[in-house]
Amino acid sequence: MKFKVPERLQPTIREIKFILRRIKDTPLSLFGIAIVMFFVVIAAFAPLLAPPVPGLNPYLIPSDPALGFRVEPSPPSPKHPFGTTLLQRDIYYGCIWGTRWAFQVALEVIIPIVAIGVVLGLIAGYYGGVIDEILMRFTDIILAFPGLILAMCLVTVLTQANWTTIDSVLLSIVLIGWPGYTRLIRGETLRVRNEDYIEAARASGASDLRIMFRHILPNTIYSIIIVASLDFGGIVLTTAALSFLGLGAPTGWADWGRLIYDGMSFVSGGLRWWWSWVYPGVFISLFVLGWSLLGDALRDVLDPLYRRK
Amino acid sequence: MEKAVSDEIIRVEDLYLNFYTYEGVVKALDGVSLDIKRGEILGVVGETGCGKSVTSLSILKIVVPPGKIEGGRIKFNVKGKTYNILEFNEPTMSRVRGRYISMVFQEPRAALNPVYSVGDQIGEVFYLHRKEEIIKAVIEQLKREIETAKGFRKRVSRLYLSLYEGMLKNPKSLRVRLASKVPIVRRFRNLMKKEVRKRTVELLRTLRIPDPERVVDMYPHELSGGMAQRCVIAMALVANPILLIADEPTTNLDVTVQAQILVLIRELQKKFGSTILYITHDLGVVAELCDRVAVMYAGNVVEIADVMTLFKEPLHPYTQGLLESIPRPGKPFTSIPGVVPSLINPPPGCRFNERCKYAMDICWKQKPPLVEADKEHYVACHLYSGGK
Amino acid sequence: MENLITIENLKKYFPIYGGVLKRKVAEVKAVDGVNLNIYKGECFGVVGESGCGKTTLGKTIIRLLTPNSGHIFYQTPREIVEAIKYLEKNDPKSKALKYLLREYDIAYLRGRRLKKLRRFMQIVFQDPTTSLDPRMLVKDIVAEPLVAQGIAKGKEAEDRVVKVLEMVGLSRTHLYRYPHEFSGGQRQRIAVARAIITNPEFIVLDEPTSSVDVSVRAQLLNLFQDLQKELGLTYMFISHDLSVVECISHRVAVMYLGKIVEFAETGELYKSPLHPYAKALFASIPIPDPTRRRERAPLSGEVPSPVNPPSGCRFHPRCELAMDICKRQEPPLVDVGGGHFVACYAIAKKE
Repeated sequence: MKFKVPERLQPTIREIKFILRRIKDTPLSLFGIAIVMFFVVIAAFAPLLAPPVPGLNPYLIPSDPALGFRVEPSPPSPKHPFGTTLLQRDIYYGCIWGTRWAFQVALEVIIPIVAIGVVLGLIAGYYGGVIDEILMRFTDIILAFPGLILAMCLVTVLTQANWTTIDSVLLSIVLIGWPGYTRLIRGETLRVRNEDYIEAARASGASDLRIMFRHILPNTIYSIIIVASLDFGGIVLTTAALSFLGLGAPTGWADWGRLIYDGMSFVSGGLRWWWSWVYPGVFISLFVLGWSLLGDALRDVLDPLYRRK
Repeated sequence: MEKAVSDEIIRVEDLYLNFYTYEGVVKALDGVSLDIKRGEILGVVGETGCGKSVTSLSILKIVVPPGKIEGGRIKFNVKGKTYNILEFNEPTMSRVRGRYISMVFQEPRAALNPVYSVGDQIGEVFYLHRKEEIIKAVIEQLKREIETAKGFRKRVSRLYLSLYEGMLKNPKSLRVRLASKVPIVRRFRNLMKKEVRKRTVELLRTLRIPDPERVVDMYPHELSGGMAQRCVIAMALVANPILLIADEPTTNLDVTVQAQILVLIRELQKKFGSTILYITHDLGVVAELCDRVAVMYAGNVVEIADVMTLFKEPLHPYTQGLLESIPRPGKPFTSIPGVVPSLINPPPGCRFNERCKYAMDICWKQKPPLVEADKEHYVACHLYSGGK
Repeated sequence: MENLITIENLKKYFPIYGGVLKRKVAEVKAVDGVNLNIYKGECFGVVGESGCGKTTLGKTIIRLLTPNSGHIFYQTPREIVEAIKYLEKNDPKSKALKYLLREYDIAYLRGRRLKKLRRFMQIVFQDPTTSLDPRMLVKDIVAEPLVAQGIAKGKEAEDRVVKVLEMVGLSRTHLYRYPHEFSGGQRQRIAVARAIITNPEFIVLDEPTSSVDVSVRAQLLNLFQDLQKELGLTYMFISHDLSVVECISHRVAVMYLGKIVEFAETGELYKSPLHPYAKALFASIPIPDPTRRRERAPLSGEVPSPVNPPSGCRFHPRCELAMDICKRQEPPLVDVGGGHFVACYAIAKKE
């Protein structure tokens, strides 16, 4: 019994070991992975690190009644390690749950973008010709859309249908973001399509669908992983920026961008209420930095690996 | 193995080279020794991974990391003096490459820059290595022009002459540099360009390229494999190098084109008097072209002999196996059993021991030295080195 | 001897697009009117230099490419081929002709019927490094024909994979590995295993030994011969290495610029090649015997581009025996005795 599973997984395990060894050799990538792991742990253990108020949506930052409903932020104290922001909302709580929220937002955007990109990119790259032209022109049109304006329009329109602002914003990011992946995957498909093993698969009787998903896709996956990990940080940054402009999470939501928005009025005070925008800012920067380093590291590790094979 | 120094151009002695990869240390060259005599065509034969290409890269010191030369000497005899190439620094090596030793690679279109015409690329070598000669030729031409010309032309030619003489004396002088930047005046350099172009066309004609006037302006992708390879050979021969290293130059070409190039190489060798180190895995090409042959296996030279002797009386079991594995109709296909050993963990002693039908005890313990088993016939095998 | 495959006037052109509107500006006439028969159980060699169309011919025969015109008859009795030729000449619109072509001509099959053909015709590519999907396990690579064609899957497929791996000299331990973990020769064996797993009848070997070492070459060639005997296969062996083709093929055809210029039994062809190009080609092979060196190159000039082949006989610009008619008309393949066919006016006149 014991020997069946290891045999099947052995080659994958060997590959992972090889990748890990190469990652170990680049200190910067280790740093990136460390940061990302740090955030993953925070997101996973959010309920433990910042216990939510029972009965309340955990993503809503609770205010501290003990400090009253003053507008001015209170400085960090043992009860509020990062201090409080507008209306005495706990920044520490906001940052912790904001991590979980960041992951949720990123996944909610990345997964649809990659899915659409894969399907359209594979089809366009594999079939070429008229289909490719049509899809690519359509993609070009979408790329021409100004994202911010689209976001604002969607928000306006969809609130009529009882959509929350943040959902509309995420939808607009998805709508703006899928062409990038489509192009990427189309390019990779074009590269892979002319390889001998694709012809061999055709000679073996494989259908187009099988070739696309069983042969082309696995060979393009490294590029997707690299770009997606870079985008992970990028998407969070975009949503934070949109929150900063008021298009994003609702009031009191545990979103880093929202926290900075709340702290925006207090920036004018210079360093007087520094904790209201420094902590969320640090979280955002570190998050994006970690994912960027990870993406770069993966690019160095995975690309030559691929070429070496 | 001490020989008269004036006879040899290159002597590689005990060259060790390792590749430091993720899988481990690949001991690519394990004490390679060979010599290249003046005026000969030395063939280096071996299979993939035997180290023949890497040896030639070492001679030119263009081994790319993770490869690193770990020991040995490469003696280079030029102008009556002997140097160790491995001790040369980069600037010295740059002067050697292309001028004293040049190289032709396997894939011609990879060796040519796709955005420049072949004429430009061959011309570049002229500018790098034969600039003085060109300038002198232009000066001669200008002097003749001055004698016959009159008036304006004469004055222009005089100006150009002084500029060229200045270039000859001190190419970095302010005067020359300024003149090269000022429009109209800087046209004086066109004379140089014309001279280079003339010589390039001549060279292409020597290489039997049809219609060289037209080819000189063509881009590499417009040329067929055979033509492109001739252009690369032209680039290598511009500076009339002492040694030309050819790394499988005809492997990627069609067999009829290969026949043309082989005949051409023999002709050029006679005409230019160059020495050629020809690397290949094709024994037919070796028989066709080379004067002496070195056989390599798994990072060692296992046999060196002149071509007739090697084919008639091969001594090393690997050479014998190679010759036997040449397909002949009617005979079943034979090959040397086994596979080339891993160079990360090579077997102790002679690296051929696993596949050798004459393997003795000592073959697993001690590496056989390269000894002279017969006149000018060297073998690295315990059968001949008295290791009984 | 029974014909396994009969090819009539096969043509395959590749369009070249250019200009702003990407119209077809020219065609690469890769295969330009080839007639040939391949007998069941034989190894048919096809030699020629780059651009002659031999690889395209192989791929078109097994329908990896769709021909532009011509017929490919598979497992068709001679009488039927004759009947079709007769009908084409005399009654091209007859229903009988249409029916016969539908039944026997595989040149224009599509869809499911084409897929069914895959079981019987397979191909081994030149470079085993690129012909195996680097992200698939050996087990999946070799089992792919079974799974893709719905013949078998799961455990049954795995068992067949093991059987076939053992036939090519590998073993069960190699199932769960990636191609890059193997040497060149072993990878080619994996490719061979993949080709034979559906019990095909016809395999195109497209330069299968060109990318491997000399010592491995012999092992692979022995493998091909053994498999041919064991499984009753018919091969089309494409190569530019004339010495290898000489040893493994029963009959050999020489191609030049999309046409067959000569074919005969191997011994006959190698002993006395008649066509000027074939003669020059054979004379160009470097002989591993230093006492027999050549003074001149047998053939000068370069192969012209297949986009604009010369008129008449394709070889006339480089041919020493070129006559007037060679420039105007293409010479047909003429039987000069003993199954030796040559397409040359000068030679045909002599014989």
